[in-house]
Amino acid sequence: MLRYILQRLILIPILLIIFSIMVFALVQAPPGDFLTSYIATLASTGSSLNQETIVMLEHQFGLDQPVHIQYIRWMQNLLRGDLGLSLEYQLPNAELIGDRLGLTLVLALFAFVFTWAMAIPIGIYSATHRNTILDYLVTVVNYTGVAIPNFMLALILMWFAYSQFGLSITGLFSRDFEQAPWSIAKVIDLLKHIWLPMIVIGLAGTARLTRVMRANLLDELNKPYMVSGRARGLSEWQLVMKYPVRLSINPLVSTIGWYLPELFSGSLIVATVMNLQNIGPLLLRSLINQDMYLAGAILMIYCFLAIIGTLISDILLVWLDPRIRMEKV
Amino acid sequence: MVTQVHPLIKPTNDLANEPLLKVEDLKAYFFMDEGIVRAVDGVSFDVMPGKVVGIVGESGCGKSVTMKAILQILESGAKIVNGKVTLRSRVHHGDPNSAEELIELTHLHPNSRQMRRIRGAEIALIPQEPMAAFSPVHTVGNQIMETILLHQDVSKKEARQIAVDVFRAVGISMPEQRIDSYSWQLSGGLRQRAIIAMALSCNPRLLIADEPTTAIDVTTQAQILKLLRKLQEERQTSIIFITHDLGVIAQMADEVVVMYLGMVMEKGSAMKIFKDAQHPYTQALLRSIPSVQSHSRVKLPTIAGSIAHPFNRPKGCPFHPRCTHFMRGVCDAAQPHLVEVDEDHFVNCFLYSEADGAKLMDKIETAPPVEKSL
Amino acid sequence: MDNIEPKILQPEGVAPLEKAEPEIEATAARAETFEEPLTTTQEEERISIASNWTLVWWRFRKNVLAVISTVVLIFLATVVLLPDFFATMSPEKTNARLAFIPVQSIHWLDEGQLKPWVPSVEGKRDPVTLKMLWTTDETQKTYVKFFGSSWSYSVLGLFESNIHLVSGADQTQENQIFLLGTDRLGRDQWSRLAFATRISMTIGMISVIVSVVLGLLLGGISGYFGGWIDNIIQRLIELLQSLPTIPIWLALTAALPRTWSPEKVFFAITIILALRGWTTLAREVRGRFLSLREEDFVLAAELSGASQARIILKHMIPTFTSHIIATSTLAIPVMIVTETSLSFLGLGMRPPAISWGVMLQEAQNIQTLALAPWLLTPGLIVIVAVLAFNLVGDGLRDAADPYSH
Repeated sequence: MLRYILQRLILIPILLIIFSIMVFALVQAPPGDFLTSYIATLASTGSSLNQETIVMLEHQFGLDQPVHIQYIRWMQNLLRGDLGLSLEYQLPNAELIGDRLGLTLVLALFAFVFTWAMAIPIGIYSATHRNTILDYLVTVVNYTGVAIPNFMLALILMWFAYSQFGLSITGLFSRDFEQAPWSIAKVIDLLKHIWLPMIVIGLAGTARLTRVMRANLLDELNKPYMVSGRARGLSEWQLVMKYPVRLSINPLVSTIGWYLPELFSGSLIVATVMNLQNIGPLLLRSLINQDMYLAGAILMIYCFLAIIGTLISDILLVWLDPRIRMEKV
Repeated sequence: MVTQVHPLIKPTNDLANEPLLKVEDLKAYFFMDEGIVRAVDGVSFDVMPGKVVGIVGESGCGKSVTMKAILQILESGAKIVNGKVTLRSRVHHGDPNSAEELIELTHLHPNSRQMRRIRGAEIALIPQEPMAAFSPVHTVGNQIMETILLHQDVSKKEARQIAVDVFRAVGISMPEQRIDSYSWQLSGGLRQRAIIAMALSCNPRLLIADEPTTAIDVTTQAQILKLLRKLQEERQTSIIFITHDLGVIAQMADEVVVMYLGMVMEKGSAMKIFKDAQHPYTQALLRSIPSVQSHSRVKLPTIAGSIAHPFNRPKGCPFHPRCTHFMRGVCDAAQPHLVEVDEDHFVNCFLYSEADGAKLMDKIETAPPVEKSL
Repeated sequence: MDNIEPKILQPEGVAPLEKAEPEIEATAARAETFEEPLTTTQEEERISIASNWTLVWWRFRKNVLAVISTVVLIFLATVVLLPDFFATMSPEKTNARLAFIPVQSIHWLDEGQLKPWVPSVEGKRDPVTLKMLWTTDETQKTYVKFFGSSWSYSVLGLFESNIHLVSGADQTQENQIFLLGTDRLGRDQWSRLAFATRISMTIGMISVIVSVVLGLLLGGISGYFGGWIDNIIQRLIELLQSLPTIPIWLALTAALPRTWSPEKVFFAITIILALRGWTTLAREVRGRFLSLREEDFVLAAELSGASQARIILKHMIPTFTSHIIATSTLAIPVMIVTETSLSFLGLGMRPPAISWGVMLQEAQNIQTLALAPWLLTPGLIVIVAVLAFNLVGDGLRDAADPYSH
């Protein structure tokens, strides 16, 4: 098992290097760069930069270098933990990303817990009460939950709250706390606001997980070990909770690998719609404004989170299933 | 502990001549969208203490459903619609010296505490596929100890010791280590022994072995049968042995019940069934066993046709479409009943029907033999 | 022999059989006893001679929701093929004076007669907020005609037509029918939706087709040949699957030059969506090939000298076509949602192209939305389309592979 985990760990830097090349190629790809568009914007307002400043800025950001040198410099800085400077804000990227990254993680974590806390019990209920009215209801909700794109759900909820109650349910904080330093009151304020984005981001995943859980459990409920368990005198509840539930959750663990990254990046669109201060809207803005180092830094963070998500699920899967655990030792 | 007095329970000390299990006219049907499947349709038999009853029949004849009905662990959709199952149970389950009482299992709710306490402690099941009967993500010991803890008032440590002891009793070497393995780490024979150990762990007086040897090779099968025989003799456990293999029945059973499409066709002592089978179906079954005396290269007779589709069960005697003694207007008109043809030997066939047998005998037109060769 | 005919005509066959008894005795009797089992055999025979596709269809049509969804999808497909027929006016026509007109529903009866009409709207500008407030005037009626003629358009490039689903009854008057209201620029939502459906649905379907081709090809190569090719393709799939999709898609679409024409952007987005879409299918195809390689019928084909291409195309692929179709159907909604999300953020299709996502851009502002909730209708169509595709895909999968659950 240790060897298996080590194998996965070795893969991480390799993946990161490949991803970094892809990311750099992507942020480099649009014709022109931030400076040219910046100069163009200035020109349209009548002002201009003198040649010296342009050369100075180009040099400062390394834009005068060939692409591969730019990449190597960027990589070197990344390895030193330096995410570079934002061209647009003229601030270190680390500072811009800082809090927003934390909020991204917290939001994803909440949505994740919400998904599992809802999906597993509902899936168990649905499978053990197959073809009852509630089971049908769950199925209907699941289908709709999967079909609604999360930004649509956000829009509908926001519209409903605004038109019915005049509430603006955007943001993760009340206005008073938006700029305030972290305090217990701010955390409480966050908790007051986070539940809605949590549901919006987690709903589709909950619907899918419920469906898979129900299907897996239905399969397991027909297995011969159920007959054997009943014949030994176990009550239905004891039996279901110990064996089939455990066996149907095991394969679900592997879904964490894609679900966690999906939560990190899926919140991106919702965050834009609901004005949540995580790294999503920042990425969008930096992409549109060709703020290449900021976009690159954020994309690398997403890549890193995706790899970590996959790693977590790989490890959990091996840890939970003795069949895999023992084979891979 | 004060013995609970239950209206359905007759505590008595004079049960010595009572059968351990008495099944009377048991009917269990599956209610499905496509219709009703009468999987078990009026089955009766007794299991005497310390005896092995073999239940034999082709696949789909309702053997396993009968067993599930006795244990009340039928799948959803299936229901016991008639019949009585009476168990001579110990008041203190698992205690060999306990007083006895008669319990009508069919009157207990399938999920009731009382029914659950009987399963595993009084009647234990040796399921068909040992591989699938164990959970692959729990150790074998975990599942055996679970049963012990459920039925006996012991600590976890004691439960483990009991489990190790039964492992040893069923001939598993290094029981202390083997108990911590997963079912898929054991060989077929060991797995089979482990599942027998699980069934024996709470000292039940009745074992139901549901085709316990179908999934293993012939050599191991012989060992397992020997083991079961030995354990049965040592512990005086009764066994209901379900199989489609008459050879196994011959080795194991004291009494034989022959089933076809949910009905008992013939029952009696093993001696009588093998030496003096009366029902055409039993006769056909016996003819299709290879014997040492039979000449080589001579094709074995088989039974023509195949078992009917459960939704299209033939009218009258269920076996009549395949029967060599089919009597038109008789066998396809009404259902025959079990008739005692000899002491402790019952046959379910119009050929032996006492009531209208005389009338029928005139009408008998024996069809030409339909056994066809393979 | 005269007994044979009535026997066939009368399955009960009691009378003729009795006549036959002296001749063929027991044989006839046996034949009669087999009557009941015979009906099963006929049913079984009907099933056993049915082709795989017939079987899939029989199972599929039992699934009511899937059948209804198929109808919905067929309707959407007609919109895709003939958006002009459904449109009431040009989707690009702007008129700032007609902004945010609410939904006008069709009234079917006029003075007790079947004469469909829509009420006119009258706008008044709020003196304080300077917003237009529209009131419907039920006395001013615009009569509408179904399947009437209006401007002419080309049908799939084959011929010209001027028939429209809904048009103004009075062709001299300018059309004022806004079945789903208008947006900020006074564009007709109904007509725009027809054209958006075309783009969004085709993006979804074309990218899935590209995915299927790539998936079959690479998955097939991977599973059939194995070895180092398999290894490389597997690593590539793992790599692509561990990418954070949405951010990378955003970066990719953001990298598309602003100067590109809508057609170019359309194809670029299709390719971008397919870039990862093929991986799931390739994995599945590979798995199937791996297990099929061991099958006896493949060995038999090899031994009888069939070429590799023939084995793959004639023996292996047909065993899982139905499954591929189901998987692809389930992949379409994913593509549609992604395109909608990207366009919604302004990074997918861009105006003047019209897609569901582009239309939803108009609904980003919550104040606007409160004023004109009908701007959300493209979103509802997205939900309906995704739901329909999912239900049909699930239905197909269950029908193709009844043992998977």
